[in-house]
Amino acid sequence: MRYFFTLMLLLVPILGVWTFVEADRWQLWFPQNVSSFGGEIDGLFNLILYMVGFTFIVTELALAWFVFKFSANRPGKAVFTHGSHKLEMIWTAIPAVALLFIAFSQMETWAKVKFESNFPKGGKYTKERPIAELWASQFDWRVCYPGDDGAIGTADDLERSYEFVVPVNTDIVFHLRSRDVIHSFFVPEFRLKQDALPGHTIPVWFRAEKEGIYDLVCAELCGWGHYKMSGRMTVVSQAEFDKRMADIKAEWFSNGKEQGQ
Amino acid sequence: MSQATTHAANSPHLEPGEGEAGTVRAHHDHHELGFLRKWIFSVDHKVIGMQFLFSGLVFLALGGLMAMAIRYQLAWPWRPMPGLAWMFPATGGAISPEFYTMLFTMHGTIMIFFVMIPLLTGAFGNFLIPLMIGAPDMAFPKLNMFGYWAMVPAFFFILLGFFVEGGHAAGGWTSYPPLSTIESAAPGSLTGQTCWLLGLTWVGVSSMMGAVNYVTTIVKMRAPGLTMMRLPLTIWGLLITSLLQLFALPVLTAAGILQLLDRTLNTGFFTPTNLQVNNITPDSFLYGADAVGAAAGGQPLLWQHLFWFYSHPAVYILVLPAMGFTSDILAVHARKPIFGYKPMVYSMSAIAGLGFIVWGHHMFTSGMNPALGMTFMVSTVMIALPSAIKVFNWLGTLWGGRIHLRTPMLFACAFVSMFIIGGLSGIWMAATPVDIYIHDTYIVVAHFHYVVFAGSLFAIFAAAYHWFPKMFGRVMNETVGKVHFVGSFIFTNMTFYMMHQVGVAGLMRRTADPYAYDVYQHLQPINEFITISAFCMFAWQIFFVVNFFHSMFWGKRVGRNPWNAASLEWDAPSPPGHGNFDRQLEVYRGAYEFSSPDVAEDFIPQTRKL
Ligand code: HEM
Ligand SMILES: [Cu+2]
Ligand SMILES: [Cu+2]
Repeated sequence: MRYFFTLMLLLVPILGVWTFVEADRWQLWFPQNVSSFGGEIDGLFNLILYMVGFTFIVTELALAWFVFKFSANRPGKAVFTHGSHKLEMIWTAIPAVALLFIAFSQMETWAKVKFESNFPKGGKYTKERPIAELWASQFDWRVCYPGDDGAIGTADDLERSYEFVVPVNTDIVFHLRSRDVIHSFFVPEFRLKQDALPGHTIPVWFRAEKEGIYDLVCAELCGWGHYKMSGRMTVVSQAEFDKRMADIKAEWFSNGKEQGQ
Repeated sequence: MSQATTHAANSPHLEPGEGEAGTVRAHHDHHELGFLRKWIFSVDHKVIGMQFLFSGLVFLALGGLMAMAIRYQLAWPWRPMPGLAWMFPATGGAISPEFYTMLFTMHGTIMIFFVMIPLLTGAFGNFLIPLMIGAPDMAFPKLNMFGYWAMVPAFFFILLGFFVEGGHAAGGWTSYPPLSTIESAAPGSLTGQTCWLLGLTWVGVSSMMGAVNYVTTIVKMRAPGLTMMRLPLTIWGLLITSLLQLFALPVLTAAGILQLLDRTLNTGFFTPTNLQVNNITPDSFLYGADAVGAAAGGQPLLWQHLFWFYSHPAVYILVLPAMGFTSDILAVHARKPIFGYKPMVYSMSAIAGLGFIVWGHHMFTSGMNPALGMTFMVSTVMIALPSAIKVFNWLGTLWGGRIHLRTPMLFACAFVSMFIIGGLSGIWMAATPVDIYIHDTYIVVAHFHYVVFAGSLFAIFAAAYHWFPKMFGRVMNETVGKVHFVGSFIFTNMTFYMMHQVGVAGLMRRTADPYAYDVYQHLQPINEFITISAFCMFAWQIFFVVNFFHSMFWGKRVGRNPWNAASLEWDAPSPPGHGNFDRQLEVYRGAYEFSSPDVAEDFIPQTRKL
């Protein structure tokens, strides 16, 4: 019986590590990363993975080993001890240092992605002049580009649903807004998630480094249709982007809209 | 389990005790109570504990069934559930998206507020506190009775919600407004959400009465000689939990009432200005539609702060008692004193203290000021420290022991193993940049199921097997118990472990049909695997149900102390009569004097004078 239960406890670290090793091959791992900061986030994930993985293996093996070794079949009494001050100090201090190290190693990337003071400056798109407003509502996404004047909220704004087109290798800043309930902008390939809060305009930035079409996922429960609140993030070359904008403009104003309405 | 005393069931009542405060008085109240007074309107903490236990188990079955339906949908979206066409005539037995949102909302709500909290504090807290501190009952027996009776309106409202127009609440167990407050935002926000709020408020009232009682009882009614530092860790866990309840619950209650006012009187505490809800798709998004929301000026984030200010401490309410049970069970069945008793107490207190300043880790991507996110990250990462200290001390307790692998011990070891996983995955999510990606993915689902299901629920199983003899004077069947353990352990891991990797792949929680997205399409086979494992795990619980009820009536009778444990509850008859103890207690030491070289036996009861 003891052998059997030890084996069960042993299977936890063995299979646990094995599934993580194989996960990539089973396509149960990160989707490709195409954003400028996504690599850092994956790196931080892996840093923690190795640290907690080590702790996981050591503690689970110790548990299995103790259960096996210190069985009631042994002769005599159990060791009579109420603890060890020295050991307590050691296993308080070491994890404390490791945890603080983890916490501090996160700060730079976090600040880079989310602090408004670190948003791209001097480029074409800034916090003040975003590429677009992205509006979330039950259950779709709508993009509002500023039109020729570069300002949103004017009559030449261009609206488009479902697809958000941006140029590649450019610092993009957009404004995230919600018309009704809370939604969340999530593009797995960008490693970027931000809730859309009704009543708030939240600036978001990213830089996509690879052309392609990516799923825009709503990541915050927003009602019965939450599962189908998909959008499309299209990353194209600058030339293609200019062409797309011209198309969008033509389509929008031919739809019975007069400029200067 | 041979050395047990031979007393069967209730031993005869002895002389009344001296009756000074805090001492034990054998009861001299011989008349038989009628069925109603004895089982329904009882003021006996043991009976009230049973009431919580049985209603908790019923809700556990209900919440479990809902989980099965959720898993069914994730494996085979929109496929009719075999044999359930009568329940869902409109869809021929398939789950509709509306129903799916309601399912996971109510699954979470029921499991947390109607199963885990009532089982840990209501059932075991009630049953164990007076017995383990050597008191005849709670400090306020009537209040204790009201504590259970406050659950009755809670049951009423939470069940009523299923039958109202629009169905039950469907805004997640977190109920973020405006989804939960605007009637047209979700079918469940019509009336179901109101039932949800009323139900939860009553659970809060019940928990509050319980907490006041537990704290007072533990502080004032300990047997002579039982100093705080001689208390079993179960009692420490329950005491700290009760303090958490006392300080955190008022915030949830207030928040719930604000949400209720928003819903009924349109107060708009959480409703921002100019909402345009419900699928009006105007030509021009910005200029086409009229705003339907009034100029409310409210703040949706306010709810999140208030909710998590309670609900983060609440997740520790869900685990601290379980940590206490585990500590006691490990010590008894390993025949070893707790390794580092004081560090155990301090780390539980540290968890509780830090637990109040980490709530923002649920809101890293919510739009909260990112500088605030940074500070919440540091406090959250640091809360893993006391958790780690506890794990090391549990391992230290096992080290050098003489381990009897009985069913309660197996479940307690499994708690340690599973809590390690859940605690470690918390660190990923505490790391703000990583959480940008994994927030609201299946990693979060894996994390909290490892701590709450594989952790706390396994500890509840351990406690059930361990204290069953005290509750009913009989033991549960060992063989069936082991079979129950093996299947539960294997299937639980098969169900929840791969959710980590699925989460790394980016799969969102709370989506009825993830395969609507291209990025998630390849995840269907693994979800099928998880679902089948979950079905097996659920079905396996039949071993527990049968064993529990069979042993209640036909299990092997045992005496007072079948495990040769040292704490006070094993001094009382099994099951204890009204008034609990039949002799005067005097405590001389802590609860973990196992394998001391000073005596021939391998344990010294707390009450034995050397
Ligand atoms: C080592 C200590 C722990 C750390 C560092 C930790 C950290 C976290 C973090 C950062 C989140 C938010 C993740 C997100 O939404 O992106 C979270 C969620 C959660 N944690 Fe923990 N946690 C710990 C222990 C526990 C324990 C002991 C429990 C319960 C017994 C628990 C229950 C939960 C629950 C229920 C959620 C999900 C809430 C929801 O969004 O529905 N955690 N945890
Ligand atoms: Cu959504
Ligand atoms: Cu939390």
